[in-house]
Amino acid sequence: MKRLVPIWITAIVGVVLIVANFLPGARSWGEEATTWFGIIAAVAFVLGGGSLLKVHLKKISDRNSGWAYSLIVLGTFSATLAVGLFKIGVSPNPAFPDVPWSGDVQGQGTPFWWVYEYVFKPLTATMFAMLAFYIASAAFRAFRAKNFEAVLLLGTAFIILLGRTFAGYFLTSWIPVDGPFSGLRIEEMSVYIMQVFNTAGNRAIIIGIALGIASTSLKILMGLDRSYLGGGD
Amino acid sequence: MNLIDRMANIDRRWIFLMMGLAVGIPIIVIGLTGRTLPEKATPLAQAAFDVLDDLEPGSKILMAWDFDPASEGELGPMATSFINQCARKGHKMYFIALWPVGAQMIRSSTSRVIGGYYPELVYGEDWVDLGFKAGNEAVIKTIVTDFEQYFPTDARGTAVGSIPMMSGISSLADFDAIVNASAGYPGSKEWVLYAATPLKMPLVIGCTGVQAPQMYPYVPIQVQGLLGAIKGAAEYESIVNNWVREDRMRETLETGGVPDAQAETLAAGFLADPGAAETWTTGAEAASMSPAAKTDLITLATEPTPGIFLEAQRRMGPQLVAHLLMIGLIIAGNVVFFATRRRGGAR
Amino acid sequence: MKRPPSLPRSTPLSALVAVLSMLSIATAAFAAPPAPTDVVAKDLPADGGGSALVTWKIPVDVEGLEGFQVWRTESVSESDSRGANERAESLESIRSAAYENEYRRLVDVEGIAPEDAAIQARAVAREAIVGNQGDVTPAETGPHGRFWVLVDTVSPDDDKLLVGQLSVSDEYQFIVYTVVKNADGSVEKSVASAATGMVLPVASFIDVKRLPLLVILVLLCGAVLFFIFWARSGRPMTIRKIAGLSAVDEAVGRATEMGRPILYVPGIQDMDDLQTVAGVTVLGRVAKTAAEYDAKIEVPVSRSLVMSAARETVHSSYLTAGRTDAYNPDLIYYVTDEQFGYTAYVSGLIVREKPAACFYMGCFYAESLILAETGNSVGAIQIAGTAMPSQLPFFVAACDYTLIGEEFFAASAYLSGQPDQLGSLKGQDVGKLIVAAVLIIGCLLATVAVVTDNESLAGAIAWFKDSVLSA
Repeated sequence: MKRLVPIWITAIVGVVLIVANFLPGARSWGEEATTWFGIIAAVAFVLGGGSLLKVHLKKISDRNSGWAYSLIVLGTFSATLAVGLFKIGVSPNPAFPDVPWSGDVQGQGTPFWWVYEYVFKPLTATMFAMLAFYIASAAFRAFRAKNFEAVLLLGTAFIILLGRTFAGYFLTSWIPVDGPFSGLRIEEMSVYIMQVFNTAGNRAIIIGIALGIASTSLKILMGLDRSYLGGGD
Repeated sequence: MNLIDRMANIDRRWIFLMMGLAVGIPIIVIGLTGRTLPEKATPLAQAAFDVLDDLEPGSKILMAWDFDPASEGELGPMATSFINQCARKGHKMYFIALWPVGAQMIRSSTSRVIGGYYPELVYGEDWVDLGFKAGNEAVIKTIVTDFEQYFPTDARGTAVGSIPMMSGISSLADFDAIVNASAGYPGSKEWVLYAATPLKMPLVIGCTGVQAPQMYPYVPIQVQGLLGAIKGAAEYESIVNNWVREDRMRETLETGGVPDAQAETLAAGFLADPGAAETWTTGAEAASMSPAAKTDLITLATEPTPGIFLEAQRRMGPQLVAHLLMIGLIIAGNVVFFATRRRGGAR
Repeated sequence: MKRPPSLPRSTPLSALVAVLSMLSIATAAFAAPPAPTDVVAKDLPADGGGSALVTWKIPVDVEGLEGFQVWRTESVSESDSRGANERAESLESIRSAAYENEYRRLVDVEGIAPEDAAIQARAVAREAIVGNQGDVTPAETGPHGRFWVLVDTVSPDDDKLLVGQLSVSDEYQFIVYTVVKNADGSVEKSVASAATGMVLPVASFIDVKRLPLLVILVLLCGAVLFFIFWARSGRPMTIRKIAGLSAVDEAVGRATEMGRPILYVPGIQDMDDLQTVAGVTVLGRVAKTAAEYDAKIEVPVSRSLVMSAARETVHSSYLTAGRTDAYNPDLIYYVTDEQFGYTAYVSGLIVREKPAACFYMGCFYAESLILAETGNSVGAIQIAGTAMPSQLPFFVAACDYTLIGEEFFAASAYLSGQPDQLGSLKGQDVGKLIVAAVLIIGCLLATVAVVTDNESLAGAIAWFKDSVLSA
């Protein structure tokens, strides 16, 4: 029963939403389903938050290695939650000065804004910036001309890398813009590669992905694939 | 251990250090000298500019900022230049966000550009911040027919009925163009699928480098202008900066009594040769202009562009060195690979 | 002087007739063309709503016929927008006039600097419109006392037009004009035809325009179902080797030998993304292998619902492997929804715990390279699978094995080895064959149509694009 009911719900809701796509009056049901999913996911956050607290509290109580970091996690989690939830340090909205919690929690100068501006923003930008370092080490390690296709790939990579900078423009600026060979200018070649070859490759992968999604969805709707519920068979 | 062996077993932290220097040194040099690399605009960046330039002043532009601080490095300069062009052209700007932190991106870009350089623009009459709305593509699907359902108030809590520029906005079709800065989902693809295609509206997209390949198939029918990564941002920024400078010079000349056609030609000339402005003001043609106007003209022609409008072009310097480093690393890696393979074959 | 006999004697009456004839000829030369007759508008049946069909009778013997203009009445929202725009324009003209006058007064009379004058004048202009919120002279209406919007101009041979993008909750009327080009090159319009009756472009029960989509759905799903039943009947299925999936056992075995854990990352999206469902499905298979090999598998997740689903899956896998005692639910835990917060945690986990095998199966964005490179730096064997085209290059560069796009969706079927699942892979391939055939045939036909200028081919291609590809 524990697995039969979810399978039936999946099948019925899935078929209804597919059919609704062809019935103009029912087309908004898909958006309703998305809204319901959002509500369920929000409720499920309580589970996630609880798990987070449990894992880190256990680490602290058992004094496992790195327990100090768990203390920081819990401390910052609680502080951010409190500052945002209780609007600590937020002045009331000038239009409603007598209502203490009418102010905008994200307004400039509030503690919540300060946490976002001086903690969250730099940390997120730093993590994203690490990509530059990792791509360099990946390029050194992995981009080898092992066969003909790899050589083609490397040549294309060089054109794109140069084409995205002033170096590409500089190297082929002697080729006239209006002449018959203007397509050999590096910046033109890089745009052509992106618009033609790259687009074709992307489209092929996307077609394969779409078919994979259709097949997997069908198996899930029909209950043929139940491993996401647990057990698989 | 010879050089090849050393290179084959190099600690990746040396590569990180090289990349750090490749990015850091140009930033310092550009910061100290203030000089940037020249940018030549590609047709895509020019098309993005033309979409907004071809609209009449006062057109309603929906600006959707769907990015976060992580991608602000690539998309922040685009957002700045979009606002710069629209503000200078006199378009009405309506800001929304489909990402939670997009609301902060709106505040940040509007306070820096409008607050710093267009203080005469009035909130509620020239621009409005409608804030973030949860729902991903459901928001777009709904505002195509009913805008107020998702945006009954602006980000400050004011009912849209009280905001003058919201008058006459009942659906997405009431806008003249959509400008979207996007870092992922929901973003450019959703705006193409659910807004621009059914309504056949002009759509200009600024997106990250990894997203750009997926957007190329939509150009030019569904997407009229596409700015990909910091390169696209730099090209667009340079077009907008040149246009703003030229437009301000033209306005100064026209206010000073120079006929319109001549003012346009002169402004274009001074853009190409800033020093010519001072020479021209001493001539007979400039007799109709007041001394204050002449000073303004010279200042406009020669003053450096504010740093906030050069962010993308500044970042092209580190990008150039970093890309050259990557090419060097790829070549070095292949040298090591072939040398090792030959050595293994010889054995 | 005597009148020559050949000249006729003119009378006032004949002169009058001559003048009147000349006038009528002149008037006929400049008479407006006749408007179309029998203009009828109907709601388009069997559609998704918002469309109407307008038909009319083409007037005969019209010189220089250029075409026909079809106009419709405004919808309620268009009417509101127009009113608001007219009000806004009227207020803008009042505001600009007030601004100009005040600016001139401040600069010329009071000698204030232009920048300061501009700010003050703007404030005065704003005051001028404060009390003027509703005073607008409405614009003149069009024919039949209504406001009309131009829909389209059609060629002279057309006697009908399909009007789309109408509001399903508004009623519309339509009028048609005849457009002619005169001998001097000027273009002239007839008077408006009689207005049609009110049309409400409602949606019908079924949207017939989407039927081609239904046909495609039936074809593709039918192929999948056919091969599932084909496989169930016992016929052997040959599936090519997918290196990444064959390496799962090797990866888990390596982790067991080295005594280091396995890290499994099911992507950063929620359970409403099919890639996450596929990732959790593969997790079930990998967890079963890990249970059998007695290896520790750690699954940090980015969404709470994924944590619940993953726990159920792993628990069932351990049950199936007969190792319920080894199952630890605390090894499947929620970290954070925030993308880079999650990435930072997992990177730190990889560096501290040094897993022997890392699996990245699901939907990833920018964090893909960070995770893969960090895993590579600790010497882990890495198997990745995603359907995000933008992240595939990073996984290919940094991981040992990568499942590209549909290989990732095939992973669950492949690892299970069940006939049902393998049959569905075959059905997927048939779907690909159908798509490839349509692609090749369509491109060839479109090329032939352009090269030979064949109208019927071009029409067929246009029909295909408008009906099947835009369904």
